Formats: sequence, C-alpha cells, structure tokens
Amino acid sequence: MAIESEVLVIGGGLGGLTSALAAAREGADVRLVSYKQSTLRQASGLVDVLGYTPDGDGPLTNPYEAIPSLPETHPYRKVGVGTVRDALSLFDDAVPTYEGEHTETNALLPTHGGSIKPTARYPAGASAGLASDTRDTLLVGIEEMVDFDAPHVAAHLDATGVPFDVRGETIRFPGDLRADAKVTRYAKLLDTNSEVAVRGRMVPAREALAQRVNPLLEGEERVGFPAILGDDNPGAIRDALGDHLGVDVFEVPMGPPSLPGLRLEDALFAALDEAGASIETGNPVVDFEGEDRIEQVYIEKNGAKIPNSADQYVLATGGFVGKGVESDRDGVYEPVFDCHVPHATDRYDWFEGELFGDHEFARYGVATDDDLRPLDASEHSEFENLRAAGSVLGGYDFAAEKSGSGVSIATGYAAGQRAAQEAR
Amino acid sequence: MGPTPHIAVIGGGSTGAGIARDLAMRGLDVTLVEQGNLTHGTTGRMHGLLHSGGRYAVSDQASATECIEENRVLRDIASHCVEMTGGLFVKRPEDSEEYFQKKLSGCEECGIPAEVISGEEARAMEPHLAKDIDKAISVPDGAIDPFRLVVANAASAQEHGARIETHSKVTDLLVESGEVVGIEVEHDSSPGKRVHGTEGGTEQIRADYVVNATGAWAGRIGDMAGLDIEVRPSKGVMTIMNIRQVDTVINRCRPKGDADIVVPHETTAILGTTDEEVEDPEDYPEEQWEVDMMIDTLSELIPMLDEARTIRSFWGVRPLYEPPDVGSDDPTDITRDFFLLDHDERDDLPGMTSIVGGKFTTYRMMGEQIADHVCGKFGIDADCRTADEPLPGSEDFSVLRDYMDEFGLRSPIGRRSVERLGSRADEVLKTDGPNPTVCACEGVTRAEIQDAIRGSGSDLNAVRIRTRASMGNCQGGFCSHRMASELHSEYDEPVVREAWDELLQERWKGQRHALWGEQLSQAALNYALHATTQNRDQDPADGEPVDFSAFDSGRGQTGGSVDSADVAADGGTDGY
Repeated sequence: MAIESEVLVIGGGLGGLTSALAAAREGADVRLVSYKQSTLRQASGLVDVLGYTPDGDGPLTNPYEAIPSLPETHPYRKVGVGTVRDALSLFDDAVPTYEGEHTETNALLPTHGGSIKPTARYPAGASAGLASDTRDTLLVGIEEMVDFDAPHVAAHLDATGVPFDVRGETIRFPGDLRADAKVTRYAKLLDTNSEVAVRGRMVPAREALAQRVNPLLEGEERVGFPAILGDDNPGAIRDALGDHLGVDVFEVPMGPPSLPGLRLEDALFAALDEAGASIETGNPVVDFEGEDRIEQVYIEKNGAKIPNSADQYVLATGGFVGKGVESDRDGVYEPVFDCHVPHATDRYDWFEGELFGDHEFARYGVATDDDLRPLDASEHSEFENLRAAGSVLGGYDFAAEKSGSGVSIATGYAAGQRAAQEAR
Repeated sequence: MGPTPHIAVIGGGSTGAGIARDLAMRGLDVTLVEQGNLTHGTTGRMHGLLHSGGRYAVSDQASATECIEENRVLRDIASHCVEMTGGLFVKRPEDSEEYFQKKLSGCEECGIPAEVISGEEARAMEPHLAKDIDKAISVPDGAIDPFRLVVANAASAQEHGARIETHSKVTDLLVESGEVVGIEVEHDSSPGKRVHGTEGGTEQIRADYVVNATGAWAGRIGDMAGLDIEVRPSKGVMTIMNIRQVDTVINRCRPKGDADIVVPHETTAILGTTDEEVEDPEDYPEEQWEVDMMIDTLSELIPMLDEARTIRSFWGVRPLYEPPDVGSDDPTDITRDFFLLDHDERDDLPGMTSIVGGKFTTYRMMGEQIADHVCGKFGIDADCRTADEPLPGSEDFSVLRDYMDEFGLRSPIGRRSVERLGSRADEVLKTDGPNPTVCACEGVTRAEIQDAIRGSGSDLNAVRIRTRASMGNCQGGFCSHRMASELHSEYDEPVVREAWDELLQERWKGQRHALWGEQLSQAALNYALHATTQNRDQDPADGEPVDFSAFDSGRGQTGGSVDSADVAADGGTDGY
C-alpha cells in the first residue's frame, strides 16, 4: 500500500520548500521528501531575485523591470513577472524575519569576500549592514576565523566605493574555543550566553564579546560581525551586543556552513509544518513507475523500497551542486526521472577558459513548457503530472545573474500552486 | 674579471636551482633568473616520480644507472620531499613475458634492487590492482614533491649567497666582442620578491659566465645570440585523482606507450602520460582525448579509475634534445640523456653553456657536471657538496616528537604540516597567535601560509606550491579567499585582489579538464561561492563605480535592529 498524497514534492531546498508551502496553502494534501542536506547550508541566506542581466549589465536597481527582457528560455519568463511578485509575497509572509519587502529596489550587501552584491531580501540580522546606508562602520573579525578577515574585508569594501568609512579590527573570541572551532560552536556559546573566563572573572559570553569590541570603537554607528551570532536566538544576541556597544549590530553573510542559510531552512520547514504538510527527510527517491504519467515513486528507507503515490509531482532536487543534475564523461542527466537535460555533446563545450566566462554548464538543467513541465528531446512533456522547480531547471546562470533564490521561490511557488490546483 | 666569478643561471626549474645551489656552495657568486615562479616550466608539471631507474632498465641503461644512484642521494638529502612508496612493474596477461624478463635482468644489470612477486602478492600490496594482473617486479620507485625540492634548492642557494629573481624574463643575451657577458631581464615587479602592482623594469645583469638551464625554452635563449639549439619539446598529459587509489607507484611492464604509470602523490594519485612533439612549449592544444586515454587505459591496471573522481589535468613539456645527426621521428625514441652544450666549443661563442635534455630525478647530477664545467673555466678547484649536505628541511630531525601537542594542531593536520616542513617545523609552526587551518583539504595552517608569504612575496601561486594550499579536492573553492586574506597582513588590498584573481584563474585552468561527475558538482559549488556569495565576478572594486544612493538603504533611517528589537520585545525567541 503506497503512502498517498495529492502533491508529492521531491527535494528540500528553497524550491521544494516553497513549492510544498504554496501547494499546502492552496489546500492540497502535500508530502515533501528530501534526501541530502539542502544546499541552503552553503548559501549566504540572502534572497536574490535578479542582480545582473545575462549580458552582465548591473547591478540592477529594479529586478522586476528587467524580467520581461530576459531570454524566453529563462525560468522567470516561463512563470512571468507577476508570479515572481506573488511568490515573493508568499515568502515574505512565511518568513517574517526577512526584510526588503518595503521596496522593489534591490539592496546592496557586503559579502565576506569584501565585495558588495545586489539582493532583494535579506535577513533582519544583515539589515543594519546595507551598503547604501551611509553610517560609518566597524567590522569585527575573529582571530581564529579564516573566513572573515575584517581588515581585509573593510579595505576591499572601501575599494568598491561604499559611501561610508569602514574599518576592520580583529579580536580573540572570549572563551576557550579551539582554533578550528566550527561556526556553530560560536553560535551555541552566544545562544546559551554561557559564562566565559575573562582575566579570571566569569562573564556571560555576549557581554564578554562586547567588552572585547568596545575599546575598538572610534565613533562608528554600526558594527558588523561574521554570521556567527547565534542559531536559535540571533535577534536577542544582536540586541544584547547592540545595547552593550550602543550601536546597531549586523552580520555579514558567510560561506558554508552558513548560519543564515540554516536559519532560513529552519524557518521554511517550520512554516511548512504549520501549513500541515507531511515531511520526510533523509531518504532518496530511487525508482518510479509510469509512462506518460508518474504513477508512483519508490523511496528507499532502511534498505526497503517504500512506494509513494500522488496525483501531482514536483521535481525540486537541485542542480549540479545539489545533485539534482548529474554528469559523467559522456553527458548530463537528471537522475530521478531521467528527464532530458539539453547539453552540448562535446564535453569541452561545457565550459570556457576564463574562470568567470560564459560557462554553458551553469545553464544546464531540464527545459520546461510554460507550465513548468519538463520537456523531452522532441519538446513534448516528459510526464503530464510532473513539474520542475528551482535549480534543476536549465536556461539561467544563477551565479552570474544573482537570481538563484528568486528563481527557486518563483518556480517553486508556481509549480506548487499549479500542482495543487490540478490535483483537485 | 673579479676574484669571485659571477655566474648567471637562467631557469628556475630543478636543473637551474640545482646548478645555482651547487655553484653557490662552491663559493661562486650566483644570480638565478626565472620568468615565472620557481618550477614554472617543466618541473612544476611532472608526475612526481622519483625514478628507481626501472623505467629505463631495458631501453637506456646509462640513464637507469644514474637514476638509481640519484634516487639514493635524494632520499638522503631531500628526505622531506620524498616518500618512498616503492614501485611495481605489473604485467597483464597480454603483455610480453619476454619483455618482463628483460626488465628484470635490466634492473639487475643496472644495480636496481628488483624482485618478482606474484599477482596475489601484488594485490595484497595494492588491493585495487586488476584481478588478472599476472605478476609484477618490485623496485624502489618513490614519490617526490618537485615544488618543495626546487624551493629548498633555491633556499639553500640563497643561504650560500645566491640572488634568486623570479618573474624576471630574459629579454636578451649581452654579447660583446664575440662573447656572452651577461643577460638583460625584464622584472615583472620590483627586484626581489614579487609584489603585484609594483613597478618592474629592465635590468642588465653582467656575468662572467651564463648557464642556460631553460629546458624546453633553451632554443629561445639561444636565438638571442643567433645560436641554434634544437630542443624538441614533447608534451605529456597528467591527470590528478582526488584520492590515492594506490600507495605504490604502478608502472605497466611493457616497452613504451602512453598512459602507463600511476604515481601516488601527497593526497592524490597522478596518472600519466603521453609523449607528443609540439612546436611551442607555451602554446599547444590540451585535449579531451588525452585525459580520456589516461582514464581508459590505466583502468586496465586499476579498474576503479574508470569511475573515480579527477580534480584536474595538466600538461608538461619535456625538454628533449638529440644531436642533429640522430634524427628520430618519434619523440619516444629520443634519449632521456642530457647534453651539455658549450657554445664556445660548439658555436665559437664563449661565455655560455646550455644544458638540455635530462630527467628530473638526475637534476642534482646534472647540476654537478655543469658546476664542474663552469669551475673548470675559471680554474677553480672546489668539491661538489650537494650529494652530502641535506637541503633545508631535510636536516637531522626526529619525527618522533609529538608535534601535534607542541604546536596545538590536531592530527592529521599536525602530522601533515610536519611532513611537509621536515626539519623546518620548529621555526615555522612556533607562533604566538592562534594557528587555524586555512586549507582544510590539504591541512595547511596559517603559520605555513605566513612562512610561504615571507619567502615568496605577494604571489599566491608561489604560496600554493610551497604549501599545497588550494591543491586538494575543492581546488581553492573554500580557501582561496582565506589565502588572500593572509596576504593582507603584509600587502595592500589592491595587491591582494590581483594575487587572489591570479590564483583563482590558475586553479580553474587545470580543473577545466575534470569537469564531469563530482568535480563538476564541486566546480558549480565553487562558482556559486565565488560569484553568488562573494560576487567576485562582478566585483565593483574592479569595475564601474556604483550609485549606492539608487539602492535600498533600509526601511528606517536607523537601520535594522529596530525590527529585531520588536521580535525580542514580542517575547519571541527568534529573529533572523
């Protein structure tokens, strides 16, 4: 007897979560299954919509205005700019701790590499760090933390022409963390606000951290830290630090493992849970049945193949990074349903010689019709009840465009909503 | 001519560095110039095999004999660069029994310890060998780190007073009254250590004698004085696997052929190679079929290679040379022996000798012969000491100490640091500040990076070859910005940015040839980290000014903490 639902979403990243949420809010009985850790732990947690055109023009002030001019094969063109706006509204509603919904204008945020990048939504914890905010800034790095060298980031930011003075200082983190401590160890210490020894006296961690930073302030009105300020209580930690220091405190988004990415994942899972969807993580879809229609899929669990059936399916397994698109020396393929992935037959056409060249591989993924149904090589839909969302889609280079989160949210929303409507 | 002759050595590969060390140790004044980093040419693009001589035991016994002699010397003087893995010549059923026997007797004739072992014994040593391997000959092949070796030779030469100039390209030979009297070089940045963005310039370096040790580039130097040095550059591909499928050097026991060797090297295994003549040592095609051939052919020896992950491929150019009257058609027929071309005797142009041909394993011996030759020119009677005096890093040194505890490093990072640093571990790893890991793939800590920066200026590729940072699975995806930040304590931001970009581009160059499966997934992740998270592809620091006022400056004038305060005041536990 198969586990049944109206809509089955495969994949637990931003595309899958949004898709399941949209379907659930549409009233459908939704089940989400995911296998690997989602790529959100590798993402900065910023929600980009469109920062640059495929030709490299930008940074764009208004991402929505540029969408109608994108190539027809772009996922945004499949769903349309209205759907992109609606999808962002769903996101704003589901994740109220994000900001940026007050305007259609992109924000510029500092990156941990010292550059700035355009984005449409940002965690509240990053909002005091906006690069268009003219207040002078102190960045504080941790001596042991090689991913964020505050003096270097500050100097690089200055070179981008930011409209404020920025300095970087490096401190030793209070407490007895090892040189190679993971970001989660710092976060935990601040979450629990455990006491740490400072010159023989026990001081709560937040206060101890502020004490290290306080003498370094030279009149700056805001202080930025790497994104380590708590996993469970980031708002309270920022406020505590801000109170001690008398400034606004923000986090600079970081690379993996990214706390803002993990917090976003937690928030979306919580919203999905609240919307009543059933969620199963940690087990892969290994097989399916069906010709023109997917009848059921098999999920491997403890060595057994458990059938799951649904009326409608959403494929949101990710791209090359998330392993929703795979390759070998002979070609590129989609491993779950073997959907067609258009690609050059010569492997040496997949990439360019320049590091940031116009790499074809970055645009590889399934092609779809306007209803997000994957198309086979002769441009017929692979299955009448399968839609695709997120990075498994081809036709756009999210890294160059800074459009990854936006495409996942917009196509996830569209695929989930349409699947739910059709399931009735 | 002054009392101490000044010798200009052109070429910072193993040969040039070996010559420079030898001459400096004999008390001569030495200036070594290299157009790129040390090992920029062929030395940095080899498979890292320390030959036992077994490969030449049938075809070229003179070379084989030299190899086993130098193999023993290098184990001694360069112990921190050598891993004595041992090697096997394995025979598949279709490979010639006659050749197997010739190999065995050839090894014996050349004094190479060789022993026949059964297929079962070979598989007991190397479980991933193919099931149908008949038998194998065990020889003392090893793995050697060419970067570390050349850097150590250059460091030793410097300790003995030599001047080392990298990123200094020879633009002319100075010829006066029918004699070579020096070189003209174009410095990429100011003389001394390379610093991006500092102004270089032309320098004439007068010398009492010039040694042209530029290998595949020797003809270009010769052209500057109208000399005809017919080097026949031959390219070979090498493909790097992400793990060591074998811990022993695996050679295929057959006469000659492409794709017949796997060398375990540090955390990787290197598959090699091909042998194809090229016109230009800097401009030749790097093609897919070459990579595919490595994998397909060597899978016959080690089947798991077929599905294994490669992290990059690179090509090297052999500096093959043969006297003009030999005329081999096939580059594999050209001798691996080296030739000392005294241009006085050969071309009636005194003042310069070129060294061409030869092999990495015998670099020291070549250096000794050149140094003897140069000393002979000046009537200097000084003994060669390079076979006896260990290189910096290979001095007496106990690996039994507990370095992990002593330097606060975790195993295996501490162990690997100490293996790389050898006897220099103390001076490098004893630091006052915390010593976090910068490159997790290769276990390289801040202290090692800082030590390399002290030795190589702002050049992150020079830091890379000294430390192996960014040479592991992620190919710099996770650590290149960290390496850049380590530079920032010493250098200004624009210098750091240029060095960082150069490192990223260099890492991409070889990774392009491994873009399928796991490594394409890795490349896509690296691209996302660098372009999406860091926005390094559209970095405004490199491009047009941005109108910041046209972008969102936040909901309120006071910035973001107002909102988070609301969340907390609400009794909520969560604010993102």
